[in-house]
Amino acid sequence: MRADDVVPAPSLFPLRIHELRWQAGGRAVLDGLSMELGGEGITILLGPNGAGKSVLLRTLCGLLEADSGEIHWGGDGGRPEFGVAMVFQQPKMLRDSVLANVELALRPQRVPAAERRQRARAVLERVGLVHRADDGARGLSGGERQRLALARAWVTRPRLLLLDEPTASLDPSSVEAIERIVREIRTEGTRILMTTHNLGQATRLADDVVFMDAGRVCEHAPVQRFFARPASQAARLYIQGELPWRMAF
Amino acid sequence: MNGLTQAFSDAFALLTGFDQQVAGIVLLSLRVSGLAVLFGTLLGLPLGACLGVGRFPGRTALVVILNGCMGLPSVVVGVVVYLLLSRSGPLGELGLLYSPTAMVVAQSLLVVPLMAAIARQVVEDAWREYEEELTAMRFGWFDSVRVLLHDCRHSLLVAVLAGLGRAMSEVGAVMIVGGNIDRSTRTMTTAIALETSKGDLPLAIALGLVLLSVILLLNGFAHALRQWALRRYA
Repeated sequence: MRADDVVPAPSLFPLRIHELRWQAGGRAVLDGLSMELGGEGITILLGPNGAGKSVLLRTLCGLLEADSGEIHWGGDGGRPEFGVAMVFQQPKMLRDSVLANVELALRPQRVPAAERRQRARAVLERVGLVHRADDGARGLSGGERQRLALARAWVTRPRLLLLDEPTASLDPSSVEAIERIVREIRTEGTRILMTTHNLGQATRLADDVVFMDAGRVCEHAPVQRFFARPASQAARLYIQGELPWRMAF
Repeated sequence: MNGLTQAFSDAFALLTGFDQQVAGIVLLSLRVSGLAVLFGTLLGLPLGACLGVGRFPGRTALVVILNGCMGLPSVVVGVVVYLLLSRSGPLGELGLLYSPTAMVVAQSLLVVPLMAAIARQVVEDAWREYEEELTAMRFGWFDSVRVLLHDCRHSLLVAVLAGLGRAMSEVGAVMIVGGNIDRSTRTMTTAIALETSKGDLPLAIALGLVLLSVILLLNGFAHALRQWALRRYA
């Protein structure tokens, strides 16, 4: 079976999330969250620490099971086996070469070895790491490592890419490189849902913004309208840097 | 003092003269211990990795038992294997008692749990680190075990070395099931024990030197490999 056969057709969208709840230590991290995502563009999740952004991404990725609520994935509504990829804030790399780390992502899809290698090299070329293909992945700098993580997700040709603060703690040139790659991935038709605390980055990348607070969606609006005329008081305060910080669990 | 000097001098003469008796004992020891470690690698490492990644009812009890087996008294294992392989035992018809095969079985019973317990700890630590990444990539349980065994390969060398150390230095079990028969089941450790009790120190010292050299050489090789891996894969 080829990878192209198992990556689902565009049946993940519209992605409908209804009344999602998830608790940790007696605190509702997701508290009846509802939202809908269409099949194109970059959506930025904004919100204070502890708002539930990362938990939402992990739930969509299948790493966490919601206590209640529904996630309806386009088509027949069921969760797809492949087609959703995630990049973490601090990606973990195997003690192996850069190339091997990218190839790894294709193994669950049973992609033949020769095709794995060819696709991994191609994607490394696009993120500017092909010259380091044979180097140890753990020897990369923070920015290179994050580009490698993006390559590892991109090589699977996901329909939905979840990015959890991929540029946190990176220098400006690395941030610029990551943003360029994210735009390229989007251009190829991958839907992107990304968290960040960098409002400048949100204005540069986003088509629309979902603002979350206390486990709920307060506002979902096109990016320009969100920053020009935030509809909720919490979003206004957040943009002005005045939203009270809440204790994360 | 003169006696000790003479014993060492004779021991070196045995080694430099490539004494047939010494060579036979060394080769048998390497064969028996090598096979036990091979079984430990093929069975113990995957078993430990499965326990490191798997989450199932009774896992904690299994881990406790496995860790307990790290300290299995070798003479107890020797007696158990002896009872199994003796004429009246359930496997007596195989006629394996007092053979190198029986020694391999006994040493494997000592080495497999030790290597599995170390592998379990190494792989479990790695699993904590990679669990989210591998799960997000849709790796199943079995494929995760394979990935982690490969990723931890340099750390698992410690398990192999520990197994080899246990096998090569073991004397109680092989003495019981092997019988310490000259030119048949006499290993370095059993020969050292016997020759020392007889007062034949040169042979005991010569074998002791070989035993130490083998252990040191293998540890040196493993250390060099780990250093290379650290430089290569950071």
